[in-house]
Amino acid sequence: MKSTKLTFLGLASALILAACTGGAAAPTAAPVAPAATTAAAKPTEPAKPAPAAGETITIEYWQYNFQVRIDAMNDLIKQFEAANPGIKVVHNSEIPNADFQTKIAAAAAAGAGPDVVTLFNGWVPAWVDAGYVIPLPEKDFPPAEIEKNFTSLVQGTKFQGKYWAIPTAVRSLALFWNKDMFKAAGLDPEKPPATLDEFVDYAKKLTKTEGGKITQQGFAVEMNGQAHQWFREVLTRQFGETPFSADNKTINYGSAKACEAFTWLTKFETDYKTGSNDLFDGATTAFTNGKLAMHIDGSFRLGALNSAKGLNFGVAVLPTRNDIKSNFGSFWTHGITKKAAADPKKLEASIKFLKFITTPAAGTLWVKYTGELPAQLSAAADPALAADPKLGAFAKQMPYSIATFFVDEAKQRQALIDAFDAVRLNKVDPCKALADAAKKDQALYDDFWAKHK
Amino acid sequence: MTLKNRRILWAYLFLLIPLTFFIVVRTGPTLFAFDISLRNYNPMAADKPYNDFANFARLFKDLADPDHVTRKAFENTFKYVLIGMPLQLSIGLLFAMLLNTIRRLRTLYRVIYFIPFVTSAVAVAWVWRSLYMPDFGLFNLILELFGVPSQRFLLDPAQSLPSVTAVVVWQGLGYVIIIFLAGLQGIPETFYEAARVDGANRWKIFTKVTLPLLNPTLVYLLVLQTIAFLRMFAEVVNLSRQGDGGPVNSTTTVVLRVFRESFGSSLNMGYGAAITVMLFVIIMTISLVQMRLTQRQVEY
Repeated sequence: MKSTKLTFLGLASALILAACTGGAAAPTAAPVAPAATTAAAKPTEPAKPAPAAGETITIEYWQYNFQVRIDAMNDLIKQFEAANPGIKVVHNSEIPNADFQTKIAAAAAAGAGPDVVTLFNGWVPAWVDAGYVIPLPEKDFPPAEIEKNFTSLVQGTKFQGKYWAIPTAVRSLALFWNKDMFKAAGLDPEKPPATLDEFVDYAKKLTKTEGGKITQQGFAVEMNGQAHQWFREVLTRQFGETPFSADNKTINYGSAKACEAFTWLTKFETDYKTGSNDLFDGATTAFTNGKLAMHIDGSFRLGALNSAKGLNFGVAVLPTRNDIKSNFGSFWTHGITKKAAADPKKLEASIKFLKFITTPAAGTLWVKYTGELPAQLSAAADPALAADPKLGAFAKQMPYSIATFFVDEAKQRQALIDAFDAVRLNKVDPCKALADAAKKDQALYDDFWAKHK
Repeated sequence: MTLKNRRILWAYLFLLIPLTFFIVVRTGPTLFAFDISLRNYNPMAADKPYNDFANFARLFKDLADPDHVTRKAFENTFKYVLIGMPLQLSIGLLFAMLLNTIRRLRTLYRVIYFIPFVTSAVAVAWVWRSLYMPDFGLFNLILELFGVPSQRFLLDPAQSLPSVTAVVVWQGLGYVIIIFLAGLQGIPETFYEAARVDGANRWKIFTKVTLPLLNPTLVYLLVLQTIAFLRMFAEVVNLSRQGDGGPVNSTTTVVLRVFRESFGSSLNMGYGAAITVMLFVIIMTISLVQMRLTQRQVEY
């Protein structure tokens, strides 16, 4: 009976809180109000009354430096603080992506750092290994509900049978094409290539050379960008291989079938000569500056491309082969640190904050700022997203996107960059180069699984 | 206490300040790195256990594998030293001797040669990157004038290491010239006069007078520049497209490996520190050998 009383008390205080802050939260453009009501209605909500007036709990939130994400999070934090007067969130977003883990590590060594932290989905196993993040408390984040309400991509971060992090939004890959260049080459500017064969054909048609030099590129493989993800999760499947075994212990992309996919990719540079990442300061820059007609990239690129002057581009689903559709999904996800867990009050505030920034409403707000799609299915199913001419392609592909189980994302990327360079620069046989990369990656996985028997 | 003793005491007291600084900033971290190299050291983890020399075992295994990037890093670093250091010293000496003979505008020349040395390696690297560009870079435009086909320089695994070496040699040249010039000016004119009276030709004067008397300077520069090439990092990071010592690891260095392993995605500081210790031993050995071999001849 005691627990019912406590629940009632908690409910009442939460309602009072909600009533007090309702006015403040309402006028904001993106309605995050539903979050407050769901949280309050939950019977498992901590029964402790909110901290007494005057007592403020400060928690730190860290993410890497990326302007649209910073803006989105600042908006969320403002709404969260309005709805939770006892909690103050300090937002640290000064660290560049490349230094993020290093700075986190340095802060950890000094006993400082975030309470709630945003990490790349591929980093989860390593951060769990380091003991840096705690498992999401099951009473606040029931695994069954995560699996029911969130995109299946999230299940890729389930590790050792637990969830350690939860995202606001997710991304996938798509084909970006330059409509003006299509028109100039006599192609229908509204019809991007639908199959890999058409893709090759179009890339050749869209390439222009002058005196042996490429002046306009049809397609350039940006291995250090998204091409390695496209190869691993999409092309290998389209050529009849599954990149990893079901238990993520064995790497299959060193196989003959995967090599067909890899060879297909290397030919753009070695045979068709439709472009190169060495030209025009890289493929992404080349596409932005109208020097490249077709580009494979993620939804996070939308913001920058939308603001590129004079760039008339479309976004389409990735080309298929043998009707096989696949896509690579990735996301930055949020976890609670061990540091937060050491202080019950901070932990409670961190849980509240994490819940708040992962609601469907938060996802809807997020997509407006960043172009990343809401991770909660109910928000992602918004028909307005599917109908959006730019976001639509990403939204359509989300159901079959796959999040790679990375052991060491940077090293695995490097292995494929090296393999691709070995083929185009050192004339190494593609199958041998790919097999070497797969061997290197397999060694990483063997090491990893040896530690996690 | 005598006056002498008191003076000595004061000297020690003053020495204590730089000494403390040295121990805290130099010696301490070095010893700390030795300790890290013996641990399974993930800076994010609370637990950093000793692991029975596993980092060194892995290092020796990687060094034995001809395809491994760590092995490649050591090979490249030795290449940088073997190509870059002699090149830098010989060009530097040549320029210093030329500068030593002229009177007019000597300061201006000195300033011009010295400017690259005080410029940030990052800025220098980015300027050279644009000079090296395959299609529109200055070097290729010049080559084109002479009908030479366009070269890929930094983007070609066969040309990238010499291309990077050229930048480093060029950048450090000013320093080498200044030190050589100081050495040359320290040689009394009477030796040259005596040699000329004895009928020695220019080559004889160079080999029998200049070089031997320049030996302390030469040893100093030899040791210092060797160490500088062994520690190459910023130039490579900024000259290779992804800062990864590419293409295909053709320009990567030992220090870049340390950085990548320690602070990269794997956060494997133990292994990174093991490479550092290895580099420490190499630098120490090379320096000692060089000093032994070259210093003997000073006794003239």
